[in-house]
Amino acid sequence: MAFSDWQAFIHMGGYGLYVWSAFALSFLILALLTCYTLWTQRRLKRLATQLQQRQQRLAKRRQQEVNTP
Amino acid sequence: MWRWLHPYAKAEASYRLLSRLLPWFACSAVVTLLISLVWGLAFAPADYQQGDSYRIIYIHVPAAIWSMGAYFGMAIMALIALVWQIRTASWAIAAIAPVGAAMTAIALLTGAIWGKPMWGTWWEWDARLTSELILFFLYVGVLALYFAFDDQKAGAKAAAILAIVGVINLPIIHFSVEWWNTLHQGATITKFGRPSIANDMLWPLLLSILAFALVTATLIIMRLRNEMLFNEIHRPWAQAELGVNPPVAVSQQETR
Repeated sequence: MAFSDWQAFIHMGGYGLYVWSAFALSFLILALLTCYTLWTQRRLKRLATQLQQRQQRLAKRRQQEVNTP
Repeated sequence: MWRWLHPYAKAEASYRLLSRLLPWFACSAVVTLLISLVWGLAFAPADYQQGDSYRIIYIHVPAAIWSMGAYFGMAIMALIALVWQIRTASWAIAAIAPVGAAMTAIALLTGAIWGKPMWGTWWEWDARLTSELILFFLYVGVLALYFAFDDQKAGAKAAAILAIVGVINLPIIHFSVEWWNTLHQGATITKFGRPSIANDMLWPLLLSILAFALVTATLIIMRLRNEMLFNEIHRPWAQAELGVNPPVAVSQQETR
């Protein structure tokens, strides 16, 4: 352990603000990219459902057109 | 000899492979990242000149290395997409570019935060910093070109050409500290001979480089899977993966 206690660890020998802001920013960027990727996955699921519903509607309409003389 | 590779030209096969690999990559990325950062932040000794500010190295250096590594991978994919017309490779361009851009942004931002207390300035237009900034713009340019065309194939082709041309920037970034007089320090690990860093600092750094490689790979795998599903969304296998039962042609049979 390079630090005597928690306070020294947070303080980082006077460079605490720099060190912790660098780590926080990096994690923020990685977290944002991860969330965006997961959100894209959810959006794809919605898109697939919409496509299927549209296809079903079209099939139904075609069927009605065939059945009506 | 390379026959086993052929089935993976089909998106469905490579999607299955990526899905199997993803949990392993994701878990090992989180574990190695936690261990290396705690090691670097709390257990590695302070630097005799820079004190504790040097601990930024444990994100700055790995992010910078993989910002270039991801670009090299993207350029290889671009070459494959252009020469052999493998569609999965052109989707990989769109999957890798945002991850590489994120790594570049991390390297630039942490570099600025490190530069302020050590050099006395957030930014300097010197060779290393400027060429890394150009790398960021290359990623943004590749992404913009990819999505700039109504015809996705034309966009992928334009993005692939830019990605390949941009490779020239990689040796410029790496050797910038030797070719020009820069504020940035020279190479420490990636040089001939012994690394000029104490072992107590070197091991956590090597582990964090591995951790960032795994993080980069995990994000690329996640994004490439999405790209595959998006481009194949009209195919039954993709619909099944997205939890939608592919419509069986029952209605058509009924109409006959």
